[in-house]
Amino acid sequence: MTDTATNPADRAIDRSHMRVSDEVAIEISNMNKWYGSFHVLRDIDLTVYRGERIVICGPSGSGKSTLIRCINRLEEHQSGRIVVDGTELSSDLKNIDKIRSEVGMCFQHFNLFPHLTILENCTLAPIWVRKTPKKEAEEIAMHFLKKVKIPEQANKYPGQLSGGQQQRVAIARSLCMKPRIMLFDEPTSALDPEMIKEVLDTMIELAEEGMTMLCVTHEMGFARQVANRVIFMDQGQIVEQNEPEAFFKAPKSDRTKLFLSQILGH
Amino acid sequence: MSDTHAQTVSFVRDTMLPEAEPPVGNRGAILWMRENLFSGWLNILMTLVSLYVIWWALSHTMPWVFNGIWNAGSLSECREIRNATIGADASAACWAVLGDRWQQLMFGFYPRELYWRPILALVIFFVAIAPVLFSRVPRGMLAFTALSPFAMFWLLWGGSLWFPVSIALGFVLGWAAWRALAPIAGTLIAMIVAVALPLIYWFYTAGPLARELEQVIALSIEYVPSQDFGGFMLSFIIGIAGIILSLPLGILLALGRQSDLFIINKISVGFIEIIRGVPLIVWLFTASLLLNYFLPPGTNFDLMLRVIIMVTLFAAAYIAEVVRGGLASLPKGQYEAADALGLDYWKSMRLIILPQALKIAIPGIVNTFIGLFKDTTLVVFIGLLDPIGLSNAIRASAEWNGIYWELFVFIGLLFFICCFSMSRYSLYLEKKLQRGHH
Repeated sequence: MTDTATNPADRAIDRSHMRVSDEVAIEISNMNKWYGSFHVLRDIDLTVYRGERIVICGPSGSGKSTLIRCINRLEEHQSGRIVVDGTELSSDLKNIDKIRSEVGMCFQHFNLFPHLTILENCTLAPIWVRKTPKKEAEEIAMHFLKKVKIPEQANKYPGQLSGGQQQRVAIARSLCMKPRIMLFDEPTSALDPEMIKEVLDTMIELAEEGMTMLCVTHEMGFARQVANRVIFMDQGQIVEQNEPEAFFKAPKSDRTKLFLSQILGH
Repeated sequence: MSDTHAQTVSFVRDTMLPEAEPPVGNRGAILWMRENLFSGWLNILMTLVSLYVIWWALSHTMPWVFNGIWNAGSLSECREIRNATIGADASAACWAVLGDRWQQLMFGFYPRELYWRPILALVIFFVAIAPVLFSRVPRGMLAFTALSPFAMFWLLWGGSLWFPVSIALGFVLGWAAWRALAPIAGTLIAMIVAVALPLIYWFYTAGPLARELEQVIALSIEYVPSQDFGGFMLSFIIGIAGIILSLPLGILLALGRQSDLFIINKISVGFIEIIRGVPLIVWLFTASLLLNYFLPPGTNFDLMLRVIIMVTLFAAAYIAEVVRGGLASLPKGQYEAADALGLDYWKSMRLIILPQALKIAIPGIVNTFIGLFKDTTLVVFIGLLDPIGLSNAIRASAEWNGIYWELFVFIGLLFFICCFSMSRYSLYLEKKLQRGHH
């Protein structure tokens, strides 16, 4: 990967708001998950503090997507505990819906609703889940569409937008629910190189405002600049985690060294 | 590599090309014909053979159609007129049968002085479906649509107005139960009560209530029994009722078949497979004969209503499978995105999944509807007088004994008009719902 594609912002990052508080946002302890008999997540322990920007990387099949999908119960874990914002994830549907409306998520393939306009995509959940009046929901939506710099596309349909624009709409759609935590599941891996930057810029801006973020990505430039912690996973386990500086300069485990040499080595 | 070649490899564009118009093809009838009809030897041959076949078919049917005799009292009179005017060996249709018997073909034995009632019901029907079919019609019209089934029922069968009113009250009851219970008791319990309460009301209270009200204020028009219904009106009533009732039932069955809840899943699968695996005609015989054994003695459950129920269940099983195809073709990401935003099951189905799945399923759904509508002619076998049944009845009279084609052409034409309209509407809908590139 070349530096121009991965280096998201040419400007200096404003870290003044990016303070990490000691309030716990997500607590995962001793969590295990199986697909059938395949042990996909093994003994995961992870505490995320409010305001943290965590980048999760690792080879494909290492369970990194599954891990963040467990946080809003798109995947069900079989043992251990996940506590999000003080609410424990159990099979109680009320808890799940509560957590899902507090946790925003962006997907690799955006998953915008193709039969609705951009504006309707953004107002749908506030109107139907939060019971926000339509007019107010539209104002909120326009606010966030301005923030991701595509207010002029509000009345188009997702199919008429480029991939980068669609992903920014997806971010705006999540933000309209005023989430306290954002999950990103490889948000740039389905994008053309020219569009990666516009999405990363939006994510950086979000980080600057102090959003708690968990991001599965291979954008190492983004990890260096924005993350306060990088987690490396392999075979369903957390192999190594550290501050980005130390993680990239002096990886400790051999598996991490091999992985980093493979993705940065050309 | 030579030097000249090396020079051509390096290239820098100094001005970007502006957008240009595509070349204008020379259009015109002759070019079109040359390209589409006479582009090669095989194509020329096919064109000529096709033209010959079309000419041959038309030259045999058109004289029969256009020589047709419109004024005659019987088939033999038709023949006499033909012999006198265009000769005994010329072919000529005897359209006079339609002039003589069209009322029967349309209305069966419905009392002649009351024809205005089914006609008014048809007008109400067209007004009522307008806001459902076309989004440009004001939304307020939907209130009229909701009331129209009761108005149409009253117009067609007559009797006391209080009967359809008390039936309608059952729906109000169910809705009220839903609104009252959903926030307190949760979706599932509220739904069960909202379905069970009206059913109990209809079975035990609705009838007596209507009779009581009728005694207080009499609001009756002449009652017409189902046996008098017939002709195209009968096909239309069964077909439309089946279409309108089978769509929601089919959607619920499709959702049931996708459900993770074991019991609901198995019930849906069993229902769909059993209904679909048995011919419709068997179900119709079941409706007309067997059902009487299961009902308590003395209950007179209207045959037409039984047929409507059977046709509805039959079509619903097919629609369920078509809708399931639509549901399965949606990417998993749509379900996940709806979940991730915190939408509950019913909201995500109603707002995200079904609008897309139904759009994909439109051709299949309309296909099922067209099939259902034409299958209403099968009721002739259980003694209902649909157009085919009436054509037999007409032939049984002395005047029109031996007339086949004219009646079948007429019946076929009526069915074709209805089915072709449905097909055109589905194309219109597909085009209207197209969004962007994907």
